[in-house]
Amino acid sequence: MNPGSESTILDMEITTLRELNAALHEADSGDFVVRNPRGAHAVAAGINSPVAVTVEGSVGYYCAGMHQVGRVLVHGNASTGLAENIMSGEVRITGSATMSAGATGHGGLLVIEGNSGARCGISMKGVDIVVGGNVGHMSAFMAQAGSLVVLGDAADDLGDSIYEAQVFVRGDVASLGADCIEKEVRPEHIEIVTGLLAASSMQADPADFRRYGSARQLYNFHVDDIDAEVAAR
Amino acid sequence: MCGIVGLFLKTDRYRDRLGELTAVMLHEMRERGPDSAGFAVYDEGRPGRTRVTVLAERSTPEWGQVAASLEAQLGAAVTVRSIRDHAVFETDGDGRAARQWLIDHGPDVDVLSYGNQIELYKSVGDPDLVAINYDLASRSGTHAIAHTRMATESAVTTNGSHPFVTGADTCLVHNGSFSNHNQLRERLVQRGESFQTENDTEVAAGYLSWRLREGDTIEQALEQALVDLDGFYTLAIGIESGFAILRDPISCKPAVVAETDDWVAMSSEYRAIARLPGVEHAEVFEPEPSRIYTWSLAS
Repeated sequence: MNPGSESTILDMEITTLRELNAALHEADSGDFVVRNPRGAHAVAAGINSPVAVTVEGSVGYYCAGMHQVGRVLVHGNASTGLAENIMSGEVRITGSATMSAGATGHGGLLVIEGNSGARCGISMKGVDIVVGGNVGHMSAFMAQAGSLVVLGDAADDLGDSIYEAQVFVRGDVASLGADCIEKEVRPEHIEIVTGLLAASSMQADPADFRRYGSARQLYNFHVDDIDAEVAAR
Repeated sequence: MCGIVGLFLKTDRYRDRLGELTAVMLHEMRERGPDSAGFAVYDEGRPGRTRVTVLAERSTPEWGQVAASLEAQLGAAVTVRSIRDHAVFETDGDGRAARQWLIDHGPDVDVLSYGNQIELYKSVGDPDLVAINYDLASRSGTHAIAHTRMATESAVTTNGSHPFVTGADTCLVHNGSFSNHNQLRERLVQRGESFQTENDTEVAAGYLSWRLREGDTIEQALEQALVDLDGFYTLAIGIESGFAILRDPISCKPAVVAETDDWVAMSSEYRAIARLPGVEHAEVFEPEPSRIYTWSLAS
């Protein structure tokens, strides 16, 4: 928020979702406050300008979906698909998110101060995600690029079928998914975590994180699998 | 899709408003299930009492005469209240015998629920109209579960609507689809369960009925359900004095729970909970996969 500037209030008790999102799409810049979202879907979806949006309350599905350039801050929780397909800019929530937060995101920063549910960062393609609490099962499933930083624990099957995304977890990992392994933490990885903790204003010692990534065993056909290949024909 | 709501009142603060609050929750889930809706409401019960809710889809019985015949059969007083095509019989006599007589010798009706605390209503059509037609908003009690249906596995009929009864004071609503329901139905028929529809949720209800009849607690039955039920599901199960929640191991069907000192609410989506009194102070969380949650006045 820009200190001293006037915020535009959008109250969802009297403003429809379409009016709300149209106002955010039409703006070139400015500060907006969304009141009474009461779990509505697609709040602040499709932003594509340097606006700053503060949502006062919990939101439903696909909040800040397809987000670009601007900033969205949610004081509350979010349901499925928070910041799905985020391209750039920043989305932050003070509470927890349910499943598929940051799904397929290409860029930008997603910060979840609380916990994230299942499949956080599924198929992420360059977004950076910082989670203050725990992540649910199958997080970073098929994750291709970008970093997922988890200050708490990760549930089962972390990084299943992961490509070249990097996963950093400070707490316990219940289990790793197919082709995901723990990897050495080198200085350049400490640098990545340090940078993302600073960018997300999260307090943690970068040295406490362990790194997980792809064993790269699923990338190529193996002659040992020829029997399975023939049987499938 | 489909929408699920459940509301359990821990204190008596909002018990006069149980139906009104449940109707607000149901309204928010209309878009998830515009085909049909249903609800089960529970009161505190009274020792010795049995209520049997029946649906007369294919007949228009003279309810007073049915009650009189049942009374003669039981040798105990029977009262009946009817609302549209539903009727609730109430007796302090032998409740099991009352239920069985209505099934075997009553008019052409379907028994929707039986027990000390439960009443159950369901119908095709707009969920808001179902709530109005069966007077949900004026009902008081301790807890309720309700459902809005978007049919995927079988036809849109009243008997294919949720909740499904699974035993005395026990019923089930479901969001998802079971992939092994045909096989499971055959197994259960061999074990004495009978089914009225091709509906997959009715099979899950029959499964739980069978486990409960075999002596399982609700927790044991749900533990075994995790092994035997294949598919995607979020289940809410209304039980005596409370309700239970179970999600499959993958948990792609949504669920959210909110709890305050006065109530526990669960729903497919937060927006169904967002207007409950005191929600701003609620602890809100997503139920974990494969974990059985129960809330009960008894515990």
